[in-house]
This record gives sequence, structure tokens and C-alpha cells, in this order.
Amino acid sequence: MKRRTLLQSSLAAGLLGVAAGAGLLRPTTVWAAWPQSAFAAGSVEQALQHLAGATQLEQSDVVRLKAPPIAENGAVVNVLASAKISGVEAITLLVENNQTPLVVSAQFSPQMRPYLKTRLKMAKTGNVIAVVHANGKLYSARRKVKVTMGGCGG
Amino acid sequence: MASTIKPRAQHKGGYVVLKLIISHPMETGLRKNPDTGAVIPAHYIRELKVQHGDTLLAQLLAGPGVSKNPYIQLRIEQLPVGTDLQISWLDNRGQQDSTTVTVTG
Repeated sequence: MKRRTLLQSSLAAGLLGVAAGAGLLRPTTVWAAWPQSAFAAGSVEQALQHLAGATQLEQSDVVRLKAPPIAENGAVVNVLASAKISGVEAITLLVENNQTPLVVSAQFSPQMRPYLKTRLKMAKTGNVIAVVHANGKLYSARRKVKVTMGGCGG
Repeated sequence: MASTIKPRAQHKGGYVVLKLIISHPMETGLRKNPDTGAVIPAHYIRELKVQHGDTLLAQLLAGPGVSKNPYIQLRIEQLPVGTDLQISWLDNRGQQDSTTVTVTG
């Protein structure tokens, strides 16, 4: 009897996790499902397809992306992405020439400003891409970063 | 044990700047041990949450492309000075950590 109850609870928690991972931010302490296929994808398009179910990007000046023109150390590249519109649900950062381009996707409640600053790894010279998810659309900006020493290992 | 998360939440008048530095190796799983030649297994934060009580303010879904010892900066509105935020992370090995930070003026 107890064992069956435990299994049912695990299933419920898993379903909750999937629902939360579908992009709906709920007040919950259950961890959302981590999008495995998006993070394993070998191209920007595949990563966005798995993450957002869409690949249509609007190059737009509503997205502000700051990245250094030259990075001495590809292991630590400072990136700042922000947006000039309201209704932003997420900001996603990708590195085009990394083996798996998806780096991080920040899901935001309405209380968050559309702003994300972080440090990421770049295997070699190429584009850093910021995607802003807002009002059912994907807006993007890209910056080319020249990498002197690659930072993904190997 | 001290938290792996070093947070700072400062009110800038209009919004709060939340800065986090987290101690974590963020191993890609692509590196090799220079002495043994063995691959160093992947070990990286997958999820980071910022909560205010029951409200989930932000959730970052991350991979090993984030640099070692992740630095994250976010901006949050409608949080008065004195508010407590809960920061927590979960990695690919099921390890977790969390901490609380109070918004300063």
C-alpha cells in the first residue's frame, strides 16, 4: 500500500515538472523539467526548436546585446542581454560555434526586468546570440566575438 | 557548511539589482585530466531559481556553456528594502544548494 502511494507521488511530481517546464512560471517549489534535447542540440535552430517550438527569429533593435569584440580567454566571456519591450517571458543566450550552442535560458515572471548578465564559454571565434521571447515572438541580436584561446575544454 | 551562493541584492530606486556568484565547476564533460588522460565527467548547474516566498520570480535553465563559478546579474521590480529572496540551484548530479538574501537599500 505504501509503495504504491510513493510511486503515484513520483509520477505526479514528474507531471508537475513537465507542466512547469512548458514555459509557465508558477509559484512552486517543484523543479521544472530541464529541456534535455534543447541543451543537446548541435545547432542554434535545433536548440530553439526544442526550447521554444519555433525558429523564426526577428533581428531587432529591441534586443540589446553587449559582448566583447575580442575575448582573450574563451572560458570566460562577459555577456549582457536586455530588451526594450514589455511582456518578455524569457531571454536565451546561445553561442553559435559551440558544440551545443544553447548556454542558458532565463525564464522571467512579469516582475523581472528583461535583463541578464552572465559569463559564458566560447570554443572559438563566432557569434553570441541573444533571443528575447516576448508576446509569442522571438527577437534576436548577435555579436561576433573573436576568441584568442578557446574555452570549452579539450 | 557555508553556502556555495554569494548573493547581493541592492535597491537602486525603481528596481533591485541581484548579483550572484556561485561556486561550481561547471564541467562540460569534454575536458581530460592532463595526468591520466581520463575524461572529466560533466558536472554543471542545470537550474537556478529566484523566489520571493511562494512566488517564483525567475528560473534559469542552464548548461555547461555557462562559465565556471557562474556569475549572474538580474533586475527585479516591486521588491522593497528588507525583502528576503531565496536563491537555489540544482545540478546534473542531483546536488543542490540554496541561500537567502535580504534586499538592502
